[in-house]
Amino acid sequence: MSAFSAIGEEREIDRDEFTPGLEPQPTWCPGCGDFGVLKALKQAMPEVGRTPDETLLVTGIGCSGKLNSYFESYGFHTIHGRSLPIARAAKLANPGIEVIAAGGDGDGYGIGGNHFIHTARENHDMTYIVFNNEIFGLTKGQTSPTSPKGHKSKTQPHGSAKEPLRPLSMSLNAGASYIARTAAVNPNQAKEILKEAMEHDGFAHIDFLTQCPTWNKDARQYVPYIDVNDSDEYDFDVHDRAEAAEMMRETESALHEGKVLTGRYYVDEDRPSYQHEKQALGEMPETPLAERYFDDDYEWERSYDSFLAKHK
Amino acid sequence: MTDHELIWRIAGGSGDGIASTSQNFAKALMRSGLHVFTHRHYPSRIRGGHTYTEIRAAADPVKSRGDGYNFLLALGDSFARNPQQEAYYGNEEIKPLSENLDELREGGVIVYDSGLLDASEIEDFEARVEENNWHVFDPDLRSLAREHGREVMRNTAGVGVTCAIAGIDLEWIEDLMTDAMPEKILEPNIEILHEAYEMVQEEYDVEAPDVAVPEGEHDEEQVLLSGSDSIAYGALDEGCRFIAGYPMTPWTEVFTIMSQNLPEVGGISEQVEDEIAAAALAIGASHAGVKAMSGSSGGGFALMSEPLGLAEMTETPVVLIEAMRAGPSTGMPTKPEQGDLEHVLYTSQGDSNRVVFAPGTVDEAYDQARKAFQIAYEYQIPAIVLYDQKLGGELTNVPASHYDREPNPSLGSTLTEAELEDAEHEGGKFARFQYDPDNDEGVSPRSIPGQKGGRFLATGNEHMPEGHISEDPDNRVYQMNRRMRKLEAIREELDSQEKSHQTQYGPEDAEYGIMTFGSNQGTVEEAVDRLNEAGHSVKALGVSDLMPYPENEVSEFLESVDKCLVVEMNASAQFRGLTQKELGQYGEKLSSLLKYNGNPFEPAEIVEGFEVNIVEGGDLPHTRTKFVPAAGD
Repeated sequence: MSAFSAIGEEREIDRDEFTPGLEPQPTWCPGCGDFGVLKALKQAMPEVGRTPDETLLVTGIGCSGKLNSYFESYGFHTIHGRSLPIARAAKLANPGIEVIAAGGDGDGYGIGGNHFIHTARENHDMTYIVFNNEIFGLTKGQTSPTSPKGHKSKTQPHGSAKEPLRPLSMSLNAGASYIARTAAVNPNQAKEILKEAMEHDGFAHIDFLTQCPTWNKDARQYVPYIDVNDSDEYDFDVHDRAEAAEMMRETESALHEGKVLTGRYYVDEDRPSYQHEKQALGEMPETPLAERYFDDDYEWERSYDSFLAKHK
Repeated sequence: MTDHELIWRIAGGSGDGIASTSQNFAKALMRSGLHVFTHRHYPSRIRGGHTYTEIRAAADPVKSRGDGYNFLLALGDSFARNPQQEAYYGNEEIKPLSENLDELREGGVIVYDSGLLDASEIEDFEARVEENNWHVFDPDLRSLAREHGREVMRNTAGVGVTCAIAGIDLEWIEDLMTDAMPEKILEPNIEILHEAYEMVQEEYDVEAPDVAVPEGEHDEEQVLLSGSDSIAYGALDEGCRFIAGYPMTPWTEVFTIMSQNLPEVGGISEQVEDEIAAAALAIGASHAGVKAMSGSSGGGFALMSEPLGLAEMTETPVVLIEAMRAGPSTGMPTKPEQGDLEHVLYTSQGDSNRVVFAPGTVDEAYDQARKAFQIAYEYQIPAIVLYDQKLGGELTNVPASHYDREPNPSLGSTLTEAELEDAEHEGGKFARFQYDPDNDEGVSPRSIPGQKGGRFLATGNEHMPEGHISEDPDNRVYQMNRRMRKLEAIREELDSQEKSHQTQYGPEDAEYGIMTFGSNQGTVEEAVDRLNEAGHSVKALGVSDLMPYPENEVSEFLESVDKCLVVEMNASAQFRGLTQKELGQYGEKLSSLLKYNGNPFEPAEIVEGFEVNIVEGGDLPHTRTKFVPAAGD
């Protein structure tokens, strides 16, 4: 019997279950795109069929890091840039839980960029939501890794000399097996994408455009947006890496000309997740490791029996 | 100097098989009934460079490297790239012979491979041999190895020569080679072993040197382990089934042992992108209900600073290993030092709230690694095992029975789903961080994701009982006091242990004290023996608990002596500073003997440091060690 009875429990799930009983007042500004992420996530959960008790939401630092203060589940609000290594280890320790990581563009593409590349490369079965508002919001408006070239801020008084980072392309090259961009102003598309991402067996990366009405007025509301999967203007195959790459590049460039393109960009259902790769090598147990610590019948191995002979 | 002991030094280049040959030889000597202790010296490179391993063997227990050594097997650096005297690093090829002469004792033996080395290239070699009464054997090991097998087998030829001169029965070596070598290479190696043995007996006077292997007998079965082995086995027996790491010398040894063994016991090892990730993974795995560890050496541990603080704030149990090497920065990657003490005690923002143990011996490394896990999971606090290249790499014999213990896979202060039903909840969340003022231990049990009714928020921000971020001043003080109170509870638990982590040695009523921490313990104890034999009155205290600091035991020790010399391997007397800070006094009683030249203390250096400085009040005649007097002196 599982020590974690919430995992895999079959029952009706109401989206209100994901609203905390004692809800702290949001620290987000009125009109903030982060509300859109929260709403879409609450809507997606019942459709995926996961309950608050079997979900672990791991966040970084910044306004986006507060997501698990307003979302009811197990939560781990970590440190700047480090949500991914914590989240992926939790998934390895107990693959039965639904693991979602979230953070901002500074958190995920800047300070935590190395973790982003390697988590995507390893293809852990988890969902990563990057709140991309092209700005450092909580620290009051500094230029971020996705801010457009020429962006002026208190720390870049003459405008940024740097080309913005291309999150979708980077994700594809690093090895993510589900890559999408959505926008807070488009909650229906966001909900569908979140649902697909959680159901995807592998690393699902969502670049989530979240307007910052206080510090990034240039970006306006990310409207109007175009869904590249629905629009007649765009024709590409999300299963084709080369076509996906081209569409991503166009999307990233278009954003800074005021054209907001969103949708699914790349889906690879054939690539095994990291857990499966590791299990195939015999380097990860078939039964979740966390269960063993609650199993009174498990016979724990001893160094004395297992490893000491070679020292005699 | 201890009589009746063999201290055999095998020297060559990195990649010449020095480590494996010496390990096999040490094990053969152990099996023959002797106590053994090894000391490694190697450079930070893959091939070439001066490297040696020393094996000290005696009938009585040995717990330190010796003073110098009495038997050199110089194989020569077969990977030397620039064998020129005027090259920046000198003539590397000859170094296994030339670099080792200063420490060879009078009357000692030199065996060198004349197939590779030419002793006439060494200045005054003949004169030094004569002056020191050394016995020189110059067989052509390379040719012998080539003739019967391959050139790399000259190690075996060297062992054969050693056995002939030191009077070691070849049977011990053969048995071991049979266990350790694949069949394909076994036969030529055994042939070479015998050939070399016989050749030396025929062509040289093997009776001339007064260097022979002693005879001994063990009263119970022994195993040959390093500090790294012991730490890894301690972790495994405490139910650790998850490790994350990034390679860095010398921590890599523990990481490697764990990575090789974990799959066999259904565990997981992750080599990740950097040490920030490594520590974060260990925290993530522990949060999800697995006993987990990570570790590194100084530079990598620096990257773990912020995750370490996160574990303190979120009260996530985790064990970190820190294998010190000479710093600052990249320093001397393969050389031992104890300069990371303050780093490990205080790194990360805010008030530090962690446990730090520095085991003194190979068997203590097992015990204290286990204790680190037990404390970490019981008190939900990071526990760090601090050691160094010396303890990590030295091999010694330990009774096998020391490891014959029951495993302890307990997750410590963790609730089951049944227990969670009765636990306090706040607005639907489990009150995971409760501050009950009557709770002396300060521990508030945790739940694990996936458990029904256990939802809470873990956060690096200050937080309320159910985890919500809060800057309420009263809550802040309650939570802070509770977390800090755990250290006091741990101190009490450590104080009441049947066997203290601190080791007292020598006559109780001694006049003087020598205090140290971590891996110097055995060397200090040998120095104490010699000082007492020489008529001084000295005892030692080897300290392992560094946080919480064992105030009572150290105070008692210091109260009982007139003066105390603090021995440590760093340049700023960090352990002495910690002692004064924790105890708030004794500045006038404590002087320091420091060593930071990349080599661990020899017992004679401590004896000398004590006699010259404490007894005579003079100055050391060299710069290998440094004396720092007590306040007011």
